[in-house]
Amino acid sequence: MNVPSELKYTKDHEWVKVEGDVATIGITDFAQSELGDIVYVEIETEGDSLDEGEVFGTVEAVKTVSDLFMPIKGEVIEVNETIESEPEAVNDDPYGKGWLIKVKIEDSSAVENLLSADAYKEEIA
Amino acid sequence: MKQTALTKVHKELGAKMAPFAGYEMPIQYSGLTDEHMAVRESVGVFDVSHMGEFMVRGPQALDLIQKISTNDASKLVPGKVQYSCMPNGKGGIVDDLLIYKMADQEYLLVVNASNIQKDWDWIQQNNNFDAQLEDISENITLLAIQGPKTAEAMKALTDVRLNEMKYYTFEKGTFARVDDVIISATGYTGSGGFEIYFDNAHAEKIWNAVMEAGKGYGIKPAGLGARDTLRLEKGFCLYGNDIDDSTSPIEAGLGWITKFTKDFIDSDKLKKQKEEGVARKLVAFKMIDRGIPRKDYKIVDADGNELGVVTSGTSSPNLKVGIGMGYVKIENAKVGESIFIEVRNKQLKAEIVKLPFV
Repeated sequence: MNVPSELKYTKDHEWVKVEGDVATIGITDFAQSELGDIVYVEIETEGDSLDEGEVFGTVEAVKTVSDLFMPIKGEVIEVNETIESEPEAVNDDPYGKGWLIKVKIEDSSAVENLLSADAYKEEIA
Repeated sequence: MKQTALTKVHKELGAKMAPFAGYEMPIQYSGLTDEHMAVRESVGVFDVSHMGEFMVRGPQALDLIQKISTNDASKLVPGKVQYSCMPNGKGGIVDDLLIYKMADQEYLLVVNASNIQKDWDWIQQNNNFDAQLEDISENITLLAIQGPKTAEAMKALTDVRLNEMKYYTFEKGTFARVDDVIISATGYTGSGGFEIYFDNAHAEKIWNAVMEAGKGYGIKPAGLGARDTLRLEKGFCLYGNDIDDSTSPIEAGLGWITKFTKDFIDSDKLKKQKEEGVARKLVAFKMIDRGIPRKDYKIVDADGNELGVVTSGTSSPNLKVGIGMGYVKIENAKVGESIFIEVRNKQLKAEIVKLPFV
């Protein structure tokens, strides 16, 4: 399983890349592999301010559906348009082309609550 | 957790394994869609050894089978297979099954893995005939080699003329140098192919021979995930989803295997249903709005009134659209009728369609 060391993670199998006060969020390689072939991702929360742990969307795979949870409190400022036409990007390139949303972080100290790559690796071991 | 004779092979192939009916089974290998398309377009192989097999022998073997099953097994001749189901005495279904006539006074019943014990008890309980039952489930490996190129790909492994075999017939023959393999022109994918039954001792040898023979045809090992999407695209019922102890064969659209040319458990009840009609019916539907129906989602009308419930649903790999089956009130069961599926508090539009989807 690919777990890039420069990213932060959650127990809900999401990754977070923090740049200034903006967090880019996606699902991990482990998550996409567990879900299997993804058919579409539904995110209708653009512009919403959500708490940590709130549902910001859902992933529909052939066999199953899974909610997506906010790893960190903030406003959803962008949704990746690519995954609308190419949902398979989430399977093929979960840390790159298959990112899901960008969030304006409300409290930057909350970043410390996220898991390191090593801690996440233990989580999925 | 029980294992099949091929569990080790699946793990070596990197399959995602999961418990199913008490067995550790391969759910997927390369990916559900990839495996699904291999079966639709060429050939794929499934280990479905978790299925149950019972032998029924004796002078009154046929009498027992006629009593417990809806289809007319007296029409079988050696070498023929029949799809049938077992009513439960209350108008519901104990299980659906395949019945093979091996010889006069000798039949093979193939039942669902999750129902082996229940079926065994039920058949024993109804055996007031001179018929002997033997459960051989644990000894048998069952491979489903499915897809339009199967006969061509596998012909080098056997003298049996695969390409001449008719649907729902079987032969006993040599396959991959193993004697007494039951080669059956049946399957649960609607893409043609064969199901082969043999002793566990030969499992790895035959698996390897099948994979080798299929190499030039792009054969792929396929898991239970693809098995489910393949059967649903053809509208084949899955026990535990679309049929169960509370659904009647008539409601489920299995009237074609319910023959009133003989008496059987529930025959009066089911005959009455057929003549007078039923209150609900299993229908197939295709999503019009974007969405994927799943088991237990509610089916409602335009005003949100409940019509029934989804029993099977998926995203169709062939059609790239949500498809499903479910029971609705008879007055809402017409082909072309609009229904709505409740998906996370949204009501998504769908249309009742004819089967098969693909």
